[in-house]
Amino acid sequence: MTATLEPPASTMRPVTTPLTEHDSPAEAHPALRTLGITKRYGDVTAVDVVDLEVPEGEFLAILGPSGCGKTTLLRLVAGFERPDAGGIEIAGRAVTGPRRHDPPERRRVGMVFQESALFPHLDVAGNIGFGLRPSERAARVAELVALTGLAGLQRRMPHELSGGQQQRVALARALAPHPALVLLDEPFSSLDATLRAQLRGEVREILRQAGATTVFVTHDQAEALEISDRVAVMRAGRIEQVGAPETIYLRPSNRFVAGFVGEANFLRGVARDGVVVTAAGQFPLPDTFADGDELEVLLRPEQLDMLPADATGAGGVGAPPHVRVVRRVFHGSEVHHVLRGPGGVEFEAATPSNAALEVGTAVVARARDVDVPVYPLEGAGRED
Amino acid sequence: MVALLGLVPVGYLVVLAVSAGDEAVALVLRDRTLGVLLRTLLLAATVTVASVLIGVPIAWLTARSDLPGRRWWTVLAVLPLVVPSYVGGYAIVAALGPRGALQSLLEPLGVARLPELYGFPGAALALTLFSYPYVVLSVRGALLRLDPAFEEVSRSLGRGAWRTFFTVTVPQLRPAITAGALLVTLYSLADFGAVSLLQFDSFTRAIYVQYRASFDPTLAAVLALMLVVCTVAVLAAESRLRGRAGYHRSGAGVARAARVVHLGWWAVPAIAFCALVAGLAIVLPTATIGYWLVRGLSAGEPVTLVLDAALNSVLASGMAAALAVLAAIPVAVLAVRHRGRLASVVERATYAGFALPGIVIGLAVVFVAARWLPAIYQTLPLLLAAYLVRFVPEAVGVTRASLLQVSPRIEEVARTLGRSPGSVLRDVTLPIIRPGLVAAAALVFLTAMKELPTTILLAPTGFDTLAVRIWSATSEGFFGRAALPALLMILVAAGSLAFVLRGDREA
Repeated sequence: MTATLEPPASTMRPVTTPLTEHDSPAEAHPALRTLGITKRYGDVTAVDVVDLEVPEGEFLAILGPSGCGKTTLLRLVAGFERPDAGGIEIAGRAVTGPRRHDPPERRRVGMVFQESALFPHLDVAGNIGFGLRPSERAARVAELVALTGLAGLQRRMPHELSGGQQQRVALARALAPHPALVLLDEPFSSLDATLRAQLRGEVREILRQAGATTVFVTHDQAEALEISDRVAVMRAGRIEQVGAPETIYLRPSNRFVAGFVGEANFLRGVARDGVVVTAAGQFPLPDTFADGDELEVLLRPEQLDMLPADATGAGGVGAPPHVRVVRRVFHGSEVHHVLRGPGGVEFEAATPSNAALEVGTAVVARARDVDVPVYPLEGAGRED
Repeated sequence: MVALLGLVPVGYLVVLAVSAGDEAVALVLRDRTLGVLLRTLLLAATVTVASVLIGVPIAWLTARSDLPGRRWWTVLAVLPLVVPSYVGGYAIVAALGPRGALQSLLEPLGVARLPELYGFPGAALALTLFSYPYVVLSVRGALLRLDPAFEEVSRSLGRGAWRTFFTVTVPQLRPAITAGALLVTLYSLADFGAVSLLQFDSFTRAIYVQYRASFDPTLAAVLALMLVVCTVAVLAAESRLRGRAGYHRSGAGVARAARVVHLGWWAVPAIAFCALVAGLAIVLPTATIGYWLVRGLSAGEPVTLVLDAALNSVLASGMAAALAVLAAIPVAVLAVRHRGRLASVVERATYAGFALPGIVIGLAVVFVAARWLPAIYQTLPLLLAAYLVRFVPEAVGVTRASLLQVSPRIEEVARTLGRSPGSVLRDVTLPIIRPGLVAAAALVFLTAMKELPTTILLAPTGFDTLAVRIWSATSEGFFGRAALPALLMILVAAGSLAFVLRGDREA
């Protein structure tokens, strides 16, 4: 699962998760497996040969900008759309294939949408119990009301609930029939920021307690990194990288992923004798790069220290050059300093708010760690 | 299937006309026929223009000014919708006609003759008074929905109140004015009751007279087809005129109320204007009906016959409402949930309902039944079938609107919870849109109740409805006999209109 840095993004195949750690027979089948699934709308390929495996009990986020095909992927899994190619297995059972397309009601998936889509004519208990047989309804509804913290609200109608309560009812309704897979389609994006942060913690906890396997679609990288076991970053119908949140953030496999999951400086340089020299010092290179290759080094703002210009031996071989603070952006707990270096290159370094530097200060920017991702410069014309 | 039901009768009319061949062409080009055409178009144009001139100012006054008693004026402005045109026609004849109330009140003062009312002036007056509310409703709705941001931007860019109104507000109202005017035009083209009572020879009356005078169906069929061509042409012109600009609110969120314009002394002429319109459209019919009711009852007009007729009306309209909604559900679901060629054809069919005047449908059904189904000719099922052809589109329209409010996500969730499509429709969709279905049923009930031409042509012998009684009594000059049914009609219609509006709000 550790992402190696494969140089050109364009030649990357979607990463298929190795399942070596799952060797007990009970977990022989992943909760979800998609095999080369593809969906086209006219000329647009919304989902482009996606292979994905979600082991049982995992919480996987599919992260991508709007229009990247993530919702289409979710709807293919749920059975609302039929793929043009590829297959889908849920809990080891083929639900979609060349000659097979099970309707949504026979897939054992629970679904929560952005708009909670509660049945407006049913109360909370009626909504939660909708997918249950009458005989099991009362007991199971009571369990879920307790699990989702909705006690006392069973007789409320949907319009009498707050946004957060509505989403918890929607989640309880999806969990009630013991689905093999829970699908969340941007479930928090219609809520305001404070509530969103609180609710995503709650929802994560509820799903953990229920032991549900979850696929969660979002365009909000903070949300995805915060609550997922793994994140799949999607662009233009393809999965760019799948990995643990830390991996995605610190070792993104290409420039797009790096830029999408957080603030990123891409500092340019040229490979020379196994190292690259940038405005923030020099970095060792993996041997996939040859001398003369144009490169970009990924440095997050919080990975850069600013040192007083006179306190270091600036100007020495390999030492970072002098740069100057040209702007500051206040972010509350942090201040971002926009630094300008030789040749007008600009990049950002973050400090805690109480350690902010004045605009105009000359500093040396230095990375705390030299083991950082390096990408070939896009459009640099590197031939493979 | 439902759409086909509508096409068969018209298809038969075409067959009839074509089989007449040259004779039909000669009929079309005859001076008398062309006269009918010109008169009909002149009437429709006059009524439309007059309705816009009355309706737009009232819409603006009630939506945007500080007119005293705005809420009451709004209700009064819309109320004439419950008055069927023939009741309005009856009221005008019975009030202002040669033997009407005004005449008998003025006779002691030596006024021997009132100005001529029959013909064009009376028909235009009656139709305008009872159809201008369409313009008020659509323009007022648009004014209330209009995003005040556009006007505020215009003011902030230095345009004054008047220039802003004419350069920013009015262009945005154009679709609403056109929509309202379209309804009025179609209404005037299709109206049978008022023109018949006021003896103005437009298409509908000519068709009826032709049908009654001779049982040769050809001329009636030709006239009916010409009328259909007129309505289709109007619809086509409207969709051409609708323009290409998209009309949007500038942002999401709750509508901000626009600034209310202070009228000052202008309130006096404004009130006078509203009062004049309300007086003619509401007070005049009510007072006339009251006057003749008293005279009729004191002259010993039988009440029981009227009650029978009322029961028949409720029976026929109620069955039509239930059947129309049942037929509308599959059509609306198809149109909303399964987009595609078929769905757009179904949507067009909704318009076809407006394009086919009642007299045409009635006539076509009569011909078809007389030719192939003599067994059910002049029976209740045939009347109901004709009602369905006319009113299913209406029911589809309302059902479709409330279905559009239901997010497809809700149905999808139900599917993932293990329900089949049929079970989702039964347990989720239909319960959610129930207020819309009730509104649709009430709307069909209301229009079926008011319906005149189809009923006259197809009602079983001895099956008197309120509409038939009012019409036959008035056309024979028995104003007193028509008063009680007219009153009942207005009461029932007002009741079901209240239902329609309530359903609209809830759906």
